[in-house]
Amino acid sequence: MYDNPDLARTTVTRDIKIAAHGCQVFYGDTHAIKDVDIDIEDKTVTAFIGPSGCGKSTFLRCLNRMNDTIDICRVVGDIRLDGEDIYDKRVDPVQLRAKVGMVFQKPNPFPKSIYDNVAYGPRIHGLARGKADLDEIVESSLRRAAIWEEVKDRLDAPGTGLSGGQQQRLCIARAVATEPEVLLMDEPCSALDPIATAQVEELIDELRSQYSVVIVTHSMQQAARVSQKTAFFHLGSLVEYGETGHIFTNPTDPRTESYITGRIG
Amino acid sequence: MTDVPFTDASSGPARPARTGSLLEADARTRRRNAAEARFRLYGIAAVGVGLFFLAALLYAIFSNGIGAFQQTGYTLQVEFREDVLDKTGNRDLEDIKSVKTFAYSPLLRAAMLREIETHGIDTPLADAKVTGFSSPLDKLFSDGARSTLRDMVLADPSLIGQTVAVRILASSRVDGYLKGRVSRESIERDKNLDAVHLDLIDKLRDAGVATKGFNLAFITGPDASDARPEQAGLGVAMLGSLYMMIVVLLLSLPIGVAASIYLEEFAPQNRFTDIIEVNISNLAAVPSIVFGILGLAVFIQFVHLPQSAPLVGGLVLSLMTLPTIIISTRASLKAVPPSIRDAALGVGASKMQAVFHHVLPLAMPGILTGTIIGLAQALGETAPLLLIGMVGFIASNYPDGAISGFLAPNSAMPAQIYEWAKRADPAFYERAWGGIIILLLFLMTMNIIAIILRRRFERRW
Ligand SMILES: Nc1ncnc2c1ncn2[C@@H]1O[C@H](COP(=O)(O)OP(=O)(O)O)[C@@H](O)[C@H]1O
Ligand SMILES: [Mg+2]
Repeated sequence: MYDNPDLARTTVTRDIKIAAHGCQVFYGDTHAIKDVDIDIEDKTVTAFIGPSGCGKSTFLRCLNRMNDTIDICRVVGDIRLDGEDIYDKRVDPVQLRAKVGMVFQKPNPFPKSIYDNVAYGPRIHGLARGKADLDEIVESSLRRAAIWEEVKDRLDAPGTGLSGGQQQRLCIARAVATEPEVLLMDEPCSALDPIATAQVEELIDELRSQYSVVIVTHSMQQAARVSQKTAFFHLGSLVEYGETGHIFTNPTDPRTESYITGRIG
Repeated sequence: MTDVPFTDASSGPARPARTGSLLEADARTRRRNAAEARFRLYGIAAVGVGLFFLAALLYAIFSNGIGAFQQTGYTLQVEFREDVLDKTGNRDLEDIKSVKTFAYSPLLRAAMLREIETHGIDTPLADAKVTGFSSPLDKLFSDGARSTLRDMVLADPSLIGQTVAVRILASSRVDGYLKGRVSRESIERDKNLDAVHLDLIDKLRDAGVATKGFNLAFITGPDASDARPEQAGLGVAMLGSLYMMIVVLLLSLPIGVAASIYLEEFAPQNRFTDIIEVNISNLAAVPSIVFGILGLAVFIQFVHLPQSAPLVGGLVLSLMTLPTIIISTRASLKAVPPSIRDAALGVGASKMQAVFHHVLPLAMPGILTGTIIGLAQALGETAPLLLIGMVGFIASNYPDGAISGFLAPNSAMPAQIYEWAKRADPAFYERAWGGIIILLLFLMTMNIIAIILRRRFERRW
């Protein structure tokens, strides 16, 4: 909940991709997300920041219904993708997840070949017409994930044999291969070294031209570097949401300021 | 804090200062090191005791059982006399069949006498009289030797009139004498052999007529009646075990894996699934004889399946193996990192696709390992077979085809071993040990396959 009237003026208006209203999440009796309203814009990188355990991952996982896989998790409220309620009974989460791709904190390539890792999504969604088409999808996805040059000679090698940074970019390639519209990334760089982090950040910036990217990050610098909009969560609530530059230089809420200056977190 | 007695940080007022040289171990360190050394010693001792018992066990098994793989026989020139076997001379199979087994006795005796003569062996038995249908010479031969000859003739009537070298099985006493099981002292209490027989056997052995040869019939042959231990084999019981294992594999693998996948990946976590889980673990601990009586009540008395049939044995053993397979399958499904499931769901795979494309292949080595170990357990299981009539059945006929393999009465390897161990003749006792060697070889092979599978497909994440 942000109620700073200034924000409305400073925001450059872009199309809204995901709109959440009154979103609440419960794990059993734990109230993990409390009444979050947020509009996530298209072709924008949105960063979720906040101290550990404040619910960033939980909220992110609401956006592609990955929370469905947790038995005790219950989501209330209204989350719309392009105006359609993704928690509507008629929505098949499988279709939703093809549209809203996800990259996880720990690189998790399938223990299969690099090629099969990327080709898996297109295969199960029937995106490729024939082998040549699939090859093309694999190549373009790997290119978009800026890893093609490194792996083009060993597409049959196991994906698990790559370095951590390469694995994470492979996972990004796997996610973009299904041609999603939104890409969710949960601390994608936390397991990576600085060089790999820089590569992934560069990649995120490029992905912005086609996708709406939502990235959870622990690093304030990273949020400042890659995102256009930043949302600050604290204890399950959305404390502040706005232009990244604005949040970092001129936060409205004292809690945001304390977090950014390193007093809570 | 005082109620937690930390030895390292005692809460007394005067803390001992950490002084002294590093080059010299203080009393505490010395005590700790001594305790560690003692603990290692215990460990080594425990391993040593275990190895000692293992060695003793293996020694006992092999020293008792290895004899079963050798069997004494005579190489004799048998003349298939036409005047005995085919008086009409027209080689009519029906006529030849009408010649009873005991009519072959004179041929055996004559062949033996010829050997005695050619090797110049001096024995009172050479002049032994035939009284009625028997002669003291007959005790040298297995009871089955005559039917061996008869079977040869029935299979190939052109043998009649010829003299052919045939290996004739010695009686189990003769075999026991040459293996050291039967001694000159022990035959005094035994009406089967006399000292003259033993003298003759010694000479026959020296002449190379009586020899020990590899006993293939023990591995492939059928069981024999009490009177013919030298002919008893494990082959038919092995087939019985094989058919049971087929039933166990076909039933418990798919059912066990399907149940595990459902419980592990799809079922909601609630009280009901908790109860199921506890019950499966309990089932694994149920004594096998309980499954036997269940099988008797359900499969035989209620469903009226045939008694002693490998199908019923397989069904009972499947019940026993299921919990093992379910537990090991669930463990290997659990061992697949959840990140793999997330990855699959994250690119839009359905739950079933995630399980069948990614989780199951990764769990497969573990599942197969569990299955093989479950099968190995089932293979060695005896108690439940007791109740469905597979123990005590004389497995003397090979099943003729797959259907009768499953439905005709049969025994199983451990049941056959038990059966032999029960019989009075020490020749059977030797065969029981021999059977155990074969059973152990099977179990060892299966376990080695399981270990290789596990090593080969072990994954590091
Ligand atoms: N699977 C789960 N079951 C129960 N509680 C959970 C689960 N995942 C997260 N939580 C709780 O939800 C809250 C938010 O967690 P999370 O979204 O992971 O925080 P963040 O990603 O911001 O560190 C925490 O209090 C955490 O304990
Ligand atoms: Mg998190």
